[in-house]
This record gives sequence, structure tokens and C-alpha cells, in this order.
Amino acid sequence: MPTRVLVPSGVLGLGFDREALARGVAARPDIICIDGGSTDSGPFSLGAGQSKYSRAATKSEWRALMLARAEAGVPLVIGTAGTCGTDSTVDWMYDITAELARELGQELRVARLYSSQPAARVAEAAAADRVTPLPPSPELRLEDLTNIVALAGAEQIQAALETGADIVIAGRTTDTATIAALPLSRGDAAGGAWHGAKIGECGALCSTNPTSGVILVDFDQTGFTVEPLATGARCTPHSVSAHMLYENSDPFRLFEPGGYLDVTGATYTALDDRRVRVEGSVWVPGRYTVKLEGARIAGYQTTILAILRDAHYAANAQAWVDRLTGFLHREIETRMGLARADYMLEFRLIGVDAALGALENRTGSPVEVGVLGIITARTQAEASEIGKLINPFVLHYPLTDDEDLPTFAFPYSPATTDRGALYEFALNHVMVLDDPMSAFRIEVSEIRTEVPA
Amino acid sequence: MTIGDLVLKVRSKNAGPFWVTIDVFCGRPEVFERLTRTLRTEDVARLYQVAPDQLKRFDIPDLRVIKFSLPRPVVQGSAADRDMHGAQYAALLEEMSL
Repeated sequence: MPTRVLVPSGVLGLGFDREALARGVAARPDIICIDGGSTDSGPFSLGAGQSKYSRAATKSEWRALMLARAEAGVPLVIGTAGTCGTDSTVDWMYDITAELARELGQELRVARLYSSQPAARVAEAAAADRVTPLPPSPELRLEDLTNIVALAGAEQIQAALETGADIVIAGRTTDTATIAALPLSRGDAAGGAWHGAKIGECGALCSTNPTSGVILVDFDQTGFTVEPLATGARCTPHSVSAHMLYENSDPFRLFEPGGYLDVTGATYTALDDRRVRVEGSVWVPGRYTVKLEGARIAGYQTTILAILRDAHYAANAQAWVDRLTGFLHREIETRMGLARADYMLEFRLIGVDAALGALENRTGSPVEVGVLGIITARTQAEASEIGKLINPFVLHYPLTDDEDLPTFAFPYSPATTDRGALYEFALNHVMVLDDPMSAFRIEVSEIRTEVPA
Repeated sequence: MTIGDLVLKVRSKNAGPFWVTIDVFCGRPEVFERLTRTLRTEDVARLYQVAPDQLKRFDIPDLRVIKFSLPRPVVQGSAADRDMHGAQYAALLEEMSL
């Protein structure tokens, strides 16, 4: 059965064209799907179990989508709710949903799909040889992870939809799972379902107007058709096929729970100047595995920023930092009793090689050089103490012994900033499941509007 | 002459926390043909300081795109990471002399 999926944007919190959304609702979609996260902004969200987007932005956009859902009378699904899709961010999203339901007077059935994994479950699977590393893989060490999630696929979203939910708030899912789920359960072509979901997952990024957000994907027995809904936005065979390159290490294959998508033989045809038809993508079934993500605390950080504007110091910034670093290591050892292995102290030269480090191959004469000092220690108190200890030297340290003490520019007071925990990604593994639901759980809630007393 | 002088765009981005991927959009077919002929995988591997067998390369004629993927030199967001989104890696290839 043909399935029409409305995708309001690539991620909740980034904004979308409200007129285009209204057009999408008028086109009578079968489901509305939006992604709520990704690992792209780093390990903090997963490590801390917090959304990176503001509650206010999330609520304002979710309100528009809840109204669209009510008007369309079809399910609304969010995948990877709250950036990282831990149980905590699913519940955060549920709170926003319940609050909005009361404000809008909507009565709803809401299904929450939880993706967080107890370390013991993963450890047990690993002991049974059912956890496989993907290259390049960090060592499997589970005891100190603050959060582990498994990426749900289409099956878990289908199970959540089968509860009759008006809204599905899913924890971590693959980028494509929410969009592929309904077409797959209605018997549309599997290759087309996954490929269309990949093309659609970033919203209008597959069109000539990436920021407009809203697109419509029509799935059927032989493939899919994609159409952007903002005025003036167009999909072309090039804009659509090029999207397989995006954030993908392999542009022809996409691994999902239970198999992979192969688009080597896909054909892209312009139906008119805004719609593209895609056929010939193949789904290759395999073992049922789910990808795991995890994060741990790798230390605590304090930073300091000084700016060298004096031309002599700007020109000799690396030599200055090398001399300063050696001096500070000795000071930290003498005054705090810390060995080099107990902490990390690094200065990055903004204006020289701060973005690329050892890979940088360009040189120049910057007007000024920002010196970003990053301290990573075992506790915040220790990092903070090192920051205070080095502060006067970062301000005044000379390039040579026989010169007056310089004073550099500090942009603020205090000069040091405590950053809190540094999290690191700790898993690049897949876990084998016999039953797709065995590592996930669904909770269904009925939200009733309160009757005034 | 650099690659950036010839092509439409060079972009890079994380492909998950452990990989970075770099897309060279050549635009005209003759630019794509010239680059696929002259751009040596070993030189790109040296530019990013990875072993050549760690560098995946895809020449995609339909899109006139050359794509490289490599394990991130440092894992995204780790203490040593300098570019959370991996989008600045592209500059090296864009500025590479032909």
C-alpha cells in the first residue's frame, strides 16, 4: 500500500517553514516523522543524558507538530528524542508533550520507546560472543559508562505504532528508522523504504533549499518519490543522489538493524522540476544486530584564554608556549605534587593551528594569536586548582629571561573557566538480538485533559 | 593550482564519532576525469597522515564526486579533538596542490 510520509525537518529544534508544513498536512500524509538527535555535536549529550537543544525551542516546534498531527489525524513520531535518546531524554520529551497536551486540550495516547541499555545486558551479550566491534573500535570497557544506548530500527518503531499511539517518542533510533517503519509494515519495497528514509532523514537537505525543512516522501511497491514543500525548493536527481554522501562513510551501503541498503543500482529520475523518483535500491537482509553507543567521563576540564597581540610574541607563539609548558609542569609538580600522568595541560594556538594541529600545513603571520589552555584532570577541583596556579604565568611569562615581564590580554575575569566533565564516546560495536524487542521496552500513557472543578 | 581552484566544493563532516568523510564535488565531467586520473590516493593519505589502506576512496561518475573516508585521527570529542564536527578537515584537500 502506498505510504506518504511527511518530514518537517532534519531535526527538531532547527526550525522549519510553517507554510510548507501546512501544505504537507493538506497533502494527507499517513504519518509525520522527525528526528530528534544525532551524535554530531559530540559525546556530552549522551554522557550526561541531556538534550543539547533548548527546552523552549523544542517546545515551540513540537507544539506546531502536535497541532499538525491533530489536524492530519495520523501518528507523529520522533526518533532519538532529546539529542541522544537515553531514557532520561525520552522522559524529558514526554514531559514537554504532556505539558503541551494540557495547553492545547489534546487527549492523546503516547508510546515511549526506551533504548537505554543496562551495562549488565551488554556484558552478558559480550560474554556470549554477541557483541562485535566495528573498525576502528575502542576497547570494550563497560563498568564506567554513564549511558549506553542501542539504536532501534524499524521493528521497534512498528511495535510502538501498533499500540495505537497518537505520538511515539522514541529513544535512540537509526536516523532512518522512524521514516522506514510504516512503509515497511505496509509492504512497500524494502530497498525503497530504507533509501527514501535516508534521503528524507535530513528534511530538505536533499533539495536545493536545505533550510526550508519540510519534505514529502511517497513510498510504494517499486521505490519512492521525494518532493520538497517550501515555495521555490526543488529536488533534482543530483540533489537527491548526492545526499547518500552526507555523513556517510560509504555512499552506496547503509547498515541498519537486520541488513543493509545497497543503492549501487538506484536510478534517479526527475518527474518534473521539483519531484524525483528513485527505483532500483536493494535491501540485503542479514543478521539482526543493533549498534551500540556509550559514553564515559574522561576527566574534568578547566580552560584559560589569553591573546598575544604583541608582534614579537605573536610571531613566536609556539616557542613561548613550549617554554611556558615546561615551566608549568615543574611548578605543578613542585606546588601540587602532581606527576605528568595525573593531568593533561595543552595550549592550542588560535591563528596558527588550533583547528588542525599536527595536520596543519599552512603558515602565516597572524595579527594576534589566541592561546587556549586546556587542563584535563581527575576531578574538577584539581583542574580548577591547576587553572588558578597557571593563571599568573599565562598572563606574564616571558619568552626569554632577560626581558621585562609582558602582560597579555585576558578577555574576562576570572581568566579560567571550569567546563565540568569531559565525556568520551566509548563504544563502536553492534549487539546481536534474536528478538528485536529484547533490548527495548515500550510504555504507553493516556494523557487526558483535566476537567475543571 | 590547487584542487579548490578546479572544483565546485570540497566538504568534510563526521560520519559517526569514529570516521570523517570528505567529498570533492568536481562539477564538470572533465574536471572529474582529470582529478580521478591525477589525484593519487597515497598523496591524500599522506596529507591526512593515515596509512593508505585506511583511506577509503569512491570515484562516483554519476555525481562527479570523489569521496574519501578515513578513521578520525582522534575520536570525536575526545580530549585531543580540535574539530567536533570534522568540517575543517576539508581545507587540507581543498588547498592541496595538483
